[in-house]
Amino acid sequence: MPSAPADYQLICRIQHDDFSLEQEYQALLRPDCGAVVLFSGLVREQFQADPADSLQALELEHYPGMTERAITAIAEQAATRFNVRAITVIHRVGLLSTGAQIVLVGVASAHRADAFSACELIMDFLKNQVPIWKKAHFHSQAQWVDAKTTDQAAAARWLQENTP
Amino acid sequence: MSVHAEPKAVAAPIQTKILFFAALREAVGSSEMLLPQLAPMQLSSLLTLLASQSSNIAAALTDREVLTAVNQQLVNQQAWVQPGDEVALFPPVTGG
Repeated sequence: MPSAPADYQLICRIQHDDFSLEQEYQALLRPDCGAVVLFSGLVREQFQADPADSLQALELEHYPGMTERAITAIAEQAATRFNVRAITVIHRVGLLSTGAQIVLVGVASAHRADAFSACELIMDFLKNQVPIWKKAHFHSQAQWVDAKTTDQAAAARWLQENTP
Repeated sequence: MSVHAEPKAVAAPIQTKILFFAALREAVGSSEMLLPQLAPMQLSSLLTLLASQSSNIAAALTDREVLTAVNQQLVNQQAWVQPGDEVALFPPVTGG
């Protein structure tokens, strides 16, 4: 049985509005933490077969209630496996244009190894276990993004590894 | 509803809420429906019942991989659904 996680701060928000990396960084700082890792995911440029047919925006849909619940469960796993003191997960929903920030995962810990690992675990599970879907709006048409097997493999890796 | 309705001998079915998301929502043409449910049943049976309601839903459920949640927890189709539960059906997730 995994041990109960030590007390840690969790900030979890699902919102359309953009977020400030600086503000979220400040919210993670703690006197007993020597490391903060921030990951931000962005809407990247994409093209169809016709190079003029570029991505205009991603539309993100989620399942209110279950999204927050699933993120909280993932944070709990990260805090059980790694020695972390604060976790922030912010995920934007709605219509986001190319270059926009989509997601922020921030972790504060005493030393860097726990913060790096926890941040990666949270992102890997976020891609697989949280009810959020992306629809890609190109000039010509819109299509739902397919789940990637590489993302499934990334999450499965954490399940195979032994809990320290 | 008539105010003169006779009392029913059997328990009235309770509405189980079914939610659809993303591509599945578009295929079904609705984000939410209520399914009258009398007794606990396994999710696989509930999906069969749901598919019998409309050819639209039947096609939407067979055309793609469908993930299932009961009361906001991911479950497999052997899970039990109580009358009044919240059931959600959706494609594999693509957040992050």
